[in-house]
Amino acid sequence: MYALIAQYPLLAALFALVSLGAVFGAILGYAAVRFKAEGNPIVDQINAILPQTQCGQCGHPGCRPYAEAIAAGEEINKCPPGGQAGVQALADLLDVEAPTLDEEHGEEKVPHVAYIHEDDCIGCTKCIQACPVDAILGAAKHMHTVIVSECTGCDLCVDPCPVDCIDMIPEDETLRSWHWQLPDPNSRQVDIIATDAAAEAAA
Amino acid sequence: MRKVFDFHGGIHPAENKHQSLRTPIASAGVPAELILPLSQHIGAPAEPIVEVGQRVLKGQVVAAASGFVSVPVHAPTSGQVTAIEDRLIAHPSGLSAPCIVITSDGLDQWQECQPVADYHSVDKADLLARIRDAGIAGMGGAGFPTAVKLTVKPQAPIATLILNGTECEPYITADDILMRERAQHIIEGAQILSHLIEPSEVLIGIEDNKPESIAAMQVAAQGTGIEIVVFPTKYPSGGEKQLIEILTGKQVPSGGLPADIGVICQNVGSAVAVRDAILEGKPLISRVVTVTGEAVEEPQNLEALIGTPMSYLLQTAGYQAAKNQRLIMGGPMMGFTVPDADVPIVKTTNCILAPSAAELPAPPPAQPCIRCGMCAEACPASLLPQQLFWFAQGKEFEKAEQHNLFDCIECGACSYVCPSTIPLVQYYRAAKAEVIQIRQDAEKSEHSRLRFEARQARKEREEAEKEAKRAARKKAAEEKARLAAEQGDAQEDPIQAAIERAKAKKAAQASGGDAESELEKLEKLVITTRKRLETASTKLEAAKAEGSEHVDALQLGVDKTSAKLAAAEQALHAYQQANPSPDIPAPAAPDDAAQAAIERAMAARQADAAKSPEEKARESLQKLEARLAKSEARLQEGRAAGEEEKIIIALESTVERLREKVAAGKAQLKQAETC
Repeated sequence: MYALIAQYPLLAALFALVSLGAVFGAILGYAAVRFKAEGNPIVDQINAILPQTQCGQCGHPGCRPYAEAIAAGEEINKCPPGGQAGVQALADLLDVEAPTLDEEHGEEKVPHVAYIHEDDCIGCTKCIQACPVDAILGAAKHMHTVIVSECTGCDLCVDPCPVDCIDMIPEDETLRSWHWQLPDPNSRQVDIIATDAAAEAAA
Repeated sequence: MRKVFDFHGGIHPAENKHQSLRTPIASAGVPAELILPLSQHIGAPAEPIVEVGQRVLKGQVVAAASGFVSVPVHAPTSGQVTAIEDRLIAHPSGLSAPCIVITSDGLDQWQECQPVADYHSVDKADLLARIRDAGIAGMGGAGFPTAVKLTVKPQAPIATLILNGTECEPYITADDILMRERAQHIIEGAQILSHLIEPSEVLIGIEDNKPESIAAMQVAAQGTGIEIVVFPTKYPSGGEKQLIEILTGKQVPSGGLPADIGVICQNVGSAVAVRDAILEGKPLISRVVTVTGEAVEEPQNLEALIGTPMSYLLQTAGYQAAKNQRLIMGGPMMGFTVPDADVPIVKTTNCILAPSAAELPAPPPAQPCIRCGMCAEACPASLLPQQLFWFAQGKEFEKAEQHNLFDCIECGACSYVCPSTIPLVQYYRAAKAEVIQIRQDAEKSEHSRLRFEARQARKEREEAEKEAKRAARKKAAEEKARLAAEQGDAQEDPIQAAIERAKAKKAAQASGGDAESELEKLEKLVITTRKRLETASTKLEAAKAEGSEHVDALQLGVDKTSAKLAAAEQALHAYQQANPSPDIPAPAAPDDAAQAAIERAMAARQADAAKSPEEKARESLQKLEARLAKSEARLQEGRAAGEEEKIIIALESTVERLREKVAAGKAQLKQAETC
């Protein structure tokens, strides 16, 4: 054996490398089958960042299709409900430069909730069919109403209404939703030293 | 002497406590109007159980607890409930919240109190229920329902009960004066709490800047086994976690509760409230409030009813509005500016601070952080305040959270020492709120996603079901067609047979056109024509009754049919008379029939002309009126049944239209009558 190797060092090395390659190839091949990732995991991660309003403002029929489109290389700044913070989070995830929100698809605004003027509702069920999250309750020829806690404020029920009785109203601030704001950044832009400012005020 | 420990950081701000300690606790009296916010504690707001206009007695429950982490609210005096509405409350947001407003009747009439004579003989669950029903929430500042805190889990026994008499924040002396004057009550409360949770030791922690309190408490605690622990003054040693570390040397784990390390901490004020609830049967309707600051002439401690407007207490203490530039509820370190002097005090209000402008100047503008690290030295929670500040400013909330943002107790020590006067605490509060908001949003979006996916799945399922049904129908149709094709061969014969039968009949008729068959034919014709006339005239009657527009056409049809019938009869008659010659009547009959028909038609027209136009108009008017009456009845019915608006509107318009027609008919009738 040793004599053989010594005699044909080139062949021996070749044989060793090829057999090593075959072994590792087999292991990798098995692992690829055994631990196959179901679907594209990045789509799930992107989908988790998207706000799930299912509003379609990005031009896709729902958040998941947009997540799939982003994974396929679409721009990440088409989601107004997610806002600039959402764009930033997507940019962090995908390790790209964060673009500013594309105003073409809508502006970032405070969360809204659909409100049905119940006196005007004719019970046509068109909004129920349009609601992506089943947040509207009602039946044919009966008044409909919005389940506020389920409404994502996606706007999709407003257009189908034949009597225009649905309004999007901003969620009003309650004691529960109120919270402290970051200090005004302008308050920090002072052009004189604080002690001088006090003297100035006194003078 | 017990060993006391130290905690990291802390500051020594000017105490300013002596001003309000010159006089004993005074009663603030009963204001004309008391405003009781429904949410004075942490947890679900209480739910009102009184109505506007109802008279309530002092101590009566006006709002019941809703849920486990909630406490009821009681009427602080007797009087009338004048409103249940949103009122401005003491909150940094300056927002309004639902309140019960009671107008005092000046009688201050108690409801019947039910004290417990010997609490040792009462079930512990019953005692806890009494504490809860008395509306007691932590009076140190956070307002966590006391009964919830005292509910000890059997698997986590409590080793140490700590009563917090530290009161480390400048200016505030409410607990100090309570310990001086009501030491006995505090000890009694401590004994009840101790009976409830059975700790191995009961400690009362007091800072060494309150010698009178310490002396009073030591006297009261003699022989009770309760230990008074004195430790050096330092802000914020009154923080729950800091006090626990000082007294036991143990640290509450991050994100954990004191109960996790076998400690329960209660404020001395809460202990007095528990004592009053059990031994006197009185709910929590008043508390000691320090009214202080340079803008009040007589800084003092007042025993005030919960719901008393701040302005009333300030007046009692001699408030000089001109000297004051803002009103603070709580102390100078952790208090907040209130939007209006008329906001009520609540169960957690320990101090009203009315400083002069010189005493508590507006914060100077913030300068850039110079990374001096003084905030980190001062932080009692051993955090890195400047790192947190950078993260909050850069909105890197995830990183802030990783740097234990939520362990910040918002004591304000970092802001106090900051040489750049950066409002650090505000950054942390905003960052905390933002993180909580992000968590809530994530929760909501996850919920929406699930709902959306459930909807998609449902739609797909429905579509699949429809598709399956469609396929089944298609299959059934194909099957039917196939069967029909198979049977087609068998059915060919009968059709052929029928055709042949008909052919044979025709042939027979052609060959034997005898007299008998001719007679039969004529008779048949008469019968069928008569039948047709009957059906046509019934149709005409129906159309007339309905007032249909087809009446004319039908009339024409009836006339035609009757003419035909006359002709047929004539023909039959002629044939019967001229029996042997069948050829003659056939050509003669049509002539006669036509003549007869013309005559009949003329007669009918004459009759019509005779009764028209007056009669005609009257007839149609009657019909119209009948219809109008019917429609009106239907409308009434619809209204009574409360039917949909659209239907009612449709009915109304029908009635309106009919009315117009009736009016037109009447005009026509009049015209007819006149001419």
